[in-house]
Amino acid sequence: MVADPMPTLRELAASLEAGERSSLELVEQSLTRARECESLAAFLSLREDGAREEARAADRRRAAGERRSPLDGIPIAIKDNITKRGETAGCASRILEGYRSPFDATALARLEAAGCIVVGRTNMDEFAMGSSTENSAYGPSRNPWDPERAPGGSSGGSAVAVAAGVVPVALGSDTGGSIRQPASFTGIVGMKPTYGRVSRLGLVAFASSLDQIGPFARTARDCAWVLDAMSGNDPGDSTSLPDPPTRSTDALTDALEMGDLDGLRIGLPSEYFELEGAAPGVIERVREAVAELEAAGARTVPVSLPNSRFAVACYYLVATAEASSNLARFDGARYGRRAAGAADVGEMIERSRSEGFGAEVKRRILLGTFVLSAGYYDAYYKKAQQVRTLLRDDFGRAFEECDVIAAPTSPETAFRFGEKADPLALYLSDVYTVSANLTGTPAVSVPCGLSEGLPVGLQLIGPARGDETILRVADAYQQRTSHHEARPPLAGAGA
Amino acid sequence: MKPTHPDYEVVIGLEVHCQLRVRTKLFTPAPVTYGAEPNTATLPVCLGLPGALPVLNGPAVELAVRAGLATHCTIQPRSIFARKNYFYPDLPKGYQISQFEEPLATGGYVDVPMEGEEEPLRVRLTRIHMEEDAGKSVHEAGLSETHVDLNRAGVPLIEIVSEPDIRSPEAATAYLRTLREIVRYIDASDADMEKGHFRCDVNVSLRPHGSSELGTRTELKNLNSFRFVEAAIRLEIDRQAKVLSEGGTIEQVTLGYDADRGRTFLMRGKEDSDDYRYFPDPDLVPLVLSEERIAEIRAALPELPEQKRARFTEEYGLPGDACAILTEKRGLADFFERAAAAAGDDAKPAAQTTANWMLRDVLAVLREDDVEVQDGHLEPEGLGALIRMVEEGRVTARSARSLLPELIREGGDPERLVQERGLESVSDEGALEALVAQAIEANPKAVASYAEGDKKSLNFLMGQVMKASQGKADPGAVRKLLAAKLES
Repeated sequence: MVADPMPTLRELAASLEAGERSSLELVEQSLTRARECESLAAFLSLREDGAREEARAADRRRAAGERRSPLDGIPIAIKDNITKRGETAGCASRILEGYRSPFDATALARLEAAGCIVVGRTNMDEFAMGSSTENSAYGPSRNPWDPERAPGGSSGGSAVAVAAGVVPVALGSDTGGSIRQPASFTGIVGMKPTYGRVSRLGLVAFASSLDQIGPFARTARDCAWVLDAMSGNDPGDSTSLPDPPTRSTDALTDALEMGDLDGLRIGLPSEYFELEGAAPGVIERVREAVAELEAAGARTVPVSLPNSRFAVACYYLVATAEASSNLARFDGARYGRRAAGAADVGEMIERSRSEGFGAEVKRRILLGTFVLSAGYYDAYYKKAQQVRTLLRDDFGRAFEECDVIAAPTSPETAFRFGEKADPLALYLSDVYTVSANLTGTPAVSVPCGLSEGLPVGLQLIGPARGDETILRVADAYQQRTSHHEARPPLAGAGA
Repeated sequence: MKPTHPDYEVVIGLEVHCQLRVRTKLFTPAPVTYGAEPNTATLPVCLGLPGALPVLNGPAVELAVRAGLATHCTIQPRSIFARKNYFYPDLPKGYQISQFEEPLATGGYVDVPMEGEEEPLRVRLTRIHMEEDAGKSVHEAGLSETHVDLNRAGVPLIEIVSEPDIRSPEAATAYLRTLREIVRYIDASDADMEKGHFRCDVNVSLRPHGSSELGTRTELKNLNSFRFVEAAIRLEIDRQAKVLSEGGTIEQVTLGYDADRGRTFLMRGKEDSDDYRYFPDPDLVPLVLSEERIAEIRAALPELPEQKRARFTEEYGLPGDACAILTEKRGLADFFERAAAAAGDDAKPAAQTTANWMLRDVLAVLREDDVEVQDGHLEPEGLGALIRMVEEGRVTARSARSLLPELIREGGDPERLVQERGLESVSDEGALEALVAQAIEANPKAVASYAEGDKKSLNFLMGQVMKASQGKADPGAVRKLLAAKLES
């Protein structure tokens, strides 16, 4: 029997448990696959020796009957903005060249404590600012469904690493859709947990009130598993939520196994389905997916999110304001890149930043600086915070009528490189994803078929702390469909 | 009160930065140190490393609340940490975490005792907020490099902002002294100015006497001694008065004070004023304090200097200046009360006698050695015991006084020391009678003049007896014996 070149996390974990595969084999397979797919530029760096060594240790633990968890020995990939002790954390930016973090991100530390092995750091838009990875200082990643197209972003490298079968699981970060949109573009599952569910300690901040670490995987079940392993209260993050009552993996998987959606109410926001500019093929696939959920016992209810038309504007005010402050620490004074030959400290800071940041990062810092400036604060930042409250109210009202909201993840499928030269056009394509960040609610993108040969994502948005609900619905959907089994044409290449 | 300037009323408001007395920094458990090797007391948060996150230090909050309560402020049930954004190499994150629109404490006051005035000066407080300190930039002479030490980065501070209620340089320093006394009393701060624990910025403006409008103010920055505060304010009053009297206008500028040259200098003009782009720090949640928590902190608050002064007057009948000195530091006041309790069974006279000993003898030795009473070797109970021995006539005041410097500097049990040194007063009638007889015999002239009505001669003869006894004779007994002999 020829093994599926892209098994799920569950399948891999089961093969480790059964002793059919060793962790070293899995890691070697990941590294081989990563090299085969080098042209997709999913990775910024690979940890070949480190990963092998950890795999051998994992195999020894298993042999000794001391495995840390069912995930012990599983290879994973992490986005370049998640810190790992002793390793680079470059955020795909020149300004962090040479920087090595002295500490682990909490989410990663938890996965490593469970035995996961990081095989590499994945490409991204610089400081997570972008929707295509075209803003990476090291060049874009390519979509395995069509290498002339963007894999989405900002967590594009992590999405490609999973979509191309390098790793069963990768971590990304989602500030305005940066996990869900690339998941949608590459035909895999990507989840943004409830704000505060996963610790942000060790996630290099883009917009602190919006950022969340989340998983990419082939299935919602795999996401749930990883989420369970890495989430939970962290006293090192002041915005971390208390542990959810249903945290144990058993409770989560039991819920997932039901797969039955009787009585579930799915909200369909008219604003989302009637959006001007949304690709008809996308809307069609999403409607079919909703029909499938209805067939599983759910019923649909119309809901309204009247303030969602302000969401993109609100998002770009809040996100850039926070970013302008979060990125102020990159001044060349203590770490990273420092411009040479400056006459004084002021010039050193100015030149280090001018040389170190890319165009999009500079654009957003300038925008955010303006938004917070005296005389404009009330009109922009404060107004945006008020809109945020209105949006929260919209979602609050909607979730009185329904249990989850269904929507497209992106108004279109993967676009060609250079197609979105106008930054504003790119910003507007975040229309379906930013609200979950602004309101702190969980959301997941699940593959729901192809449109003109490219994957489409169904987005399921839940109420705050409703992570299990959206995963349960996503799992039910995946049990009834096989869209997640579709393989990109490039997947076979060299495999 | 005489006006500070003949032509203008001086209007002063102060902003005091006070370092909280905690072991770790405001948003990370890095130690708070002084004089440590540069950049050794740092953690990722202090260095502004990517991915580091702040977590608020609970004990620092408690001290800040104490400071607010001790200055009659309203503690806000909800306050917000905000980012103050600016670039400086010693500001590792590119912003300082402070409180801006919603501070911890608002609307208090400090009553400042003023020399020669019956009523204290009430200085209202606008607010007290918490914030983190910045690091230090070190420019070494002759080198073009700037070195940065981040040991101080993130050290917890409170900023105490006063209303412009102060009218003279003297009142400004009196206010600062009172404020320092309060924060020390409540253990909120060591307020050691040399170590930069207590620094102040002063806003000064002038206006014609009788005017109710405020003039344009200037800010004097980073004054780190009371002397400099007074000197810098005086210079600024003179400068502003000169500009105004020549028909000029005051520019809203920031000035520094050069202590070596004794002059102020321009740090920043109005046009350079920074836009700090304050906004609530999204890495932190609102600081929420329940009524119960505030009540708990209030209940644990020690007696404050003003309360102590009132009680010392009331309970012990001590005069105002004695109260002021004894209550200036909590350690001294506590020492005094413990000593007084040991000095006698009747509280009021024991306290008064102890106060005399403290003010006349103990403080003199402490000042000479520049130590705090609690850092000396003298136990308050030891002092009390010594005073009790004097009061009971077991040792003379003179002998007791001679022992004090040693007790303070080296310690020891006064009772045993008196015995070892043979300082117990001679009250044995036989021995005293012999000494008295000796003195009368050796000083016929004095005896004669006493007989002629010169009662002062008794004192002379007393002195002779005391001298002969090496100060150990019980003066009361000697006086009685002498008088009896001379009258007979």
